[in-house]
Amino acid sequence: MSTLLFDEPGPRARRRIRLATIAGVLVLLALLALAVRQFAANGQLAAERWQPYATWPMWRYLLGGLWSTALAAVVSAALAMAGGIALALGRLSRRRWVRFPSAAYVEAVRTIPALLLVYLVLFALPRYGLDLPLFWKLVVPLAVSNAAAFAEIFRAGIMSVERGQGEAALALGLTHAQSMRLVVLPQAARRVLPSIVSQSVGLLKDTSLGFVVSYTELLYSGKVLANYNGLLIQTYIVVALVYLVVNASLSALARFLDRSVAGGGGPGRRKITRVRR
Amino acid sequence: MSALFDHLPELWQGLVVTLQMTVVSFAGAVVVGLVIVAMRVGPVPVLRAVATVYVEVLQNLPLLVLLVLAVFGLPEIGLEAGLTTTAVVVIALYEGAYIAEALRSGVNAISAGQGEAARALGLTFGQSLRHVILPQALRTVVQPIGNIFIALTMNTSLAAAVGVVELTAAANRVNLLEAQPIPIFVGAGLAYAAIAACAGFVTGRLERRLAVAR
Repeated sequence: MSTLLFDEPGPRARRRIRLATIAGVLVLLALLALAVRQFAANGQLAAERWQPYATWPMWRYLLGGLWSTALAAVVSAALAMAGGIALALGRLSRRRWVRFPSAAYVEAVRTIPALLLVYLVLFALPRYGLDLPLFWKLVVPLAVSNAAAFAEIFRAGIMSVERGQGEAALALGLTHAQSMRLVVLPQAARRVLPSIVSQSVGLLKDTSLGFVVSYTELLYSGKVLANYNGLLIQTYIVVALVYLVVNASLSALARFLDRSVAGGGGPGRRKITRVRR
Repeated sequence: MSALFDHLPELWQGLVVTLQMTVVSFAGAVVVGLVIVAMRVGPVPVLRAVATVYVEVLQNLPLLVLLVLAVFGLPEIGLEAGLTTTAVVVIALYEGAYIAEALRSGVNAISAGQGEAARALGLTFGQSLRHVILPQALRTVVQPIGNIFIALTMNTSLAAAVGVVELTAAANRVNLLEAQPIPIFVGAGLAYAAIAACAGFVTGRLERRLAVAR
């Protein structure tokens, strides 16, 4: 653990740590008691208000929502990554007329809220005769906004590959496109894998905008359920727990990849791994 | 175009709400972040665990789920506050987790000698954090915190989904009246871009001002 700020505690420090531990535990217990009291005082702890979430039909419905969430996340991640690679290559292009629009796209989209894009697809496009199916009304804005984020990740990855790699590829007679595809991109993709996974967690969180689009992903399914059975807080707590389990697993995967793929260190302070011979 | 200018007062009102929410929830997030990071780098195991769980939970839940839970769920257990207040508190708690992570990476970037020197001078944990560690950590994380500020600005738009009439909601309402989506949504987008550009400018200046030669 971080020993930056304290040494091995002596007797006095141990006493102080013990006091702080007791105080911390007391505060936690007080908060917990307060929460339980609020739940109980409003009759929300009654068994029949939680019972439904021990039955399979409820879970079948929620897991159906989770499946739709996964579907929307995977499709928009695929689109956003494809767009992101294209934009990253565009931003690093030697031709100014490619470089400029890519940079403009990335910089512009990064400063527009995803919800505004959703509203645009939801309310503006139909006016111009483009009424997408519900699924795409959620996926298109997510892909558009996340493409910019993926573009920056890929660009950082490509720039972290040593110049010599590309130069060596060119010296071997590969064309510019070949050296990018066969030499630089595979190395870059490996290095940015952890960032890609954590950005995908962000994208999965963004799919909760289905709530606005009324696409039945997890959160909107929760809303439908809550309106049907009137168990508002119970339903939303269950939904939140499902999100937590899924996203925490993905985040753990990102951390695992971060440690194993590049041999330690975060993306910012990673040492360039050397080729062993 | 006239659709945009006819409804300038509503849109302006929305922009003001967005700015107020941004400023208040950012201030709250900084306070939350400082408390959490102090708990997380401190010597008390229980507090470290609490801070770690807090960050992990808040970073892995979608903000919209938290907003929906707070706005529609909490009144069920008798906790009711104004809509905008609820949204601001939720956003502050959510972004506080991100600020704490940014600060922690700043603290970790400081060389161990700084903390050791502070202790050798007899500073307590709180003193060394306040006078030695955090001032240096803050300098190295100006850029990440600027990015969190921009993300927070974008995230205040999610309050529109639970009924707060800020810029995004105002733009949507004006569009429903006027059916002129392009000028209205582009106008709102430009307003967000302007806020982000200001934030970028300020963080750029700050970073140069605060840079220390190592």
